[in-house]
Amino acid sequence: MATVYAFVAHSDGVLDDSAAELAAAAKKFTDAPVTAIVTGSGVDAAAAKAAELFPAVWKIDAAELAYPNAEVVRKALLNNLDAGAVVLMAHNTFGMDLAPGLAVKIGGAFVADVVDIEGADGDTLKVIRQEFGGVVSTHVTVDMSAGAVVTIRPGAVAPLEGAAGGAVEDKAAGDVSAKRKFIEVREPEAGDVDITKAEVLVSIGRGIEDQDNIELAHELAKAIGSQAEVACSRPIVDAKWMDASRQVGTSGKTVKPKVYLAMGISGSFQHMGGIKGGVIIAVNKNPNAPIFQVANVGIEADILEFIPELTEALGEL
Amino acid sequence: MEILVCVKRVPDTAENEIELNSAGNDIERDDLVYSVNEWDNYAVEEAIQIVDKVGGTVTVVTVGDEDADEVLRREMAMGAQNGILLNDEAFEDSDAMGIATLLKAAAEKGKYDLIMTGAQADAGYAAVGGMLAAMMDLPYASLVNMVEVGDGKLTVGREIEGGNQEINEIELPCVLSIQTGINEPRYVGIKGIRQVSGIEIPEFDAAGLGVDPATVGAAGAKTKRVDYFIPETGEGAEMLTGSTEEIIAKLIDIMKANGGLK
Repeated sequence: MATVYAFVAHSDGVLDDSAAELAAAAKKFTDAPVTAIVTGSGVDAAAAKAAELFPAVWKIDAAELAYPNAEVVRKALLNNLDAGAVVLMAHNTFGMDLAPGLAVKIGGAFVADVVDIEGADGDTLKVIRQEFGGVVSTHVTVDMSAGAVVTIRPGAVAPLEGAAGGAVEDKAAGDVSAKRKFIEVREPEAGDVDITKAEVLVSIGRGIEDQDNIELAHELAKAIGSQAEVACSRPIVDAKWMDASRQVGTSGKTVKPKVYLAMGISGSFQHMGGIKGGVIIAVNKNPNAPIFQVANVGIEADILEFIPELTEALGEL
Repeated sequence: MEILVCVKRVPDTAENEIELNSAGNDIERDDLVYSVNEWDNYAVEEAIQIVDKVGGTVTVVTVGDEDADEVLRREMAMGAQNGILLNDEAFEDSDAMGIATLLKAAAEKGKYDLIMTGAQADAGYAAVGGMLAAMMDLPYASLVNMVEVGDGKLTVGREIEGGNQEINEIELPCVLSIQTGINEPRYVGIKGIRQVSGIEIPEFDAAGLGVDPATVGAAGAKTKRVDYFIPETGEGAEMLTGSTEEIIAKLIDIMKANGGLK
């Protein structure tokens, strides 16, 4: 097997949580030393941190890499990677931008959003993924003989602990001219409510079925008390039924309420990634909904019937 | 602007519960209801809106068998002028790289300023757009939730973590993968689909595309799905059972115990 690399994300000198997860993921299929790649502008601190996790670190430091533009980063990587390289990275919004095209340019295989690695049999990598929003899992084999790019779902692999004490090697970015130019990051407009402050969230998903039914969730929140707010999953915002400021998930808000009532939410990893604490209570009429695998408490019920009954019962307390 | 939108026919998860078959190695495919991949539908709507503003045509392309015709016609009923079907037994079980190889061959039969895909589909690789761009040496942006047409370039917003939007300028021609929520796809009725039923949809096989069958389909796939399975999960949720009154009483106790009710 060719050299295994881990592309490590970081900001302000701090490594992303995914870095230690990539280190652990690599150990699941290779005993060979893994080289971390840190790109950016002024990234000594991040490279030093990466050296704590990986036995070798490439630092590609250039002004053009200050913001991680996938096209620019891809060129910097291809100017350095050897043929047949195997590259791991996180399946986040940057990984989705970079990884597929990198696999094409390496000439290797591609597998995305891996949730576990079973091991390698020669050049054949054996991984586990999910399809249909996590309803079913799949075993997948990846032919790494001409290299590969493998993206790992953030939070899916337990992070590696321990000190590797690796050496940092400087690498030149080379020609990184690009046809795509980063302009700026725009933050979302503040909404009328701040769901991150709520102690209880009544969060609704596709199971609410109709915009008119959202009132049921507001009535339940009111019955719970002033500590409760209504939140939602992505399909509700996509349908323009609620404001984006109420969306929980990796592309929305990160929340840590005491109680999270997931009402008619299937439980995609993007949604669950936005919930960082508290007891998760899931109500869903589909007993196979993935959310029942990750919630603390589950109730198999149609939320359109269950929510009004719960609201009524709370009113009688 | 000449726009090519790549679409896929997928099992409709809003209409079906995806379950394992009795052999436990595939999903149950009997009686599955299929529709256009949700992300692709947003991409087609965005393409139509761009053409409405600046002129041009929208072409939809898919890799599939004759059943995929209905998906192309549905998108044509929305307003796409042309459809292209890439159909050959050799294309079956292509991995994302194989699909991108076929779409590249189809794209090079025309002259497109902009190629769009959905950000992802049923298998969740989110890969075909980025691969297609790299194969064609075109610039690419993924997870696009805003497009503004400029002179020889686009200004695009990408959905990144935390609800933030990353703004980029990207030269034309380019490839974009479109995120859901970018627009409100128009409704398509039976009548609309009937109106496009007579339009001829050109069909290409491997020879017609000039693609070596060994590089696509199962033969060319470096990434192979071995089976489907339901994982043995840990504890999972503690399921509350009993009458609705009993469940609600237990739920209220749990909410109280965790500080959710005062």
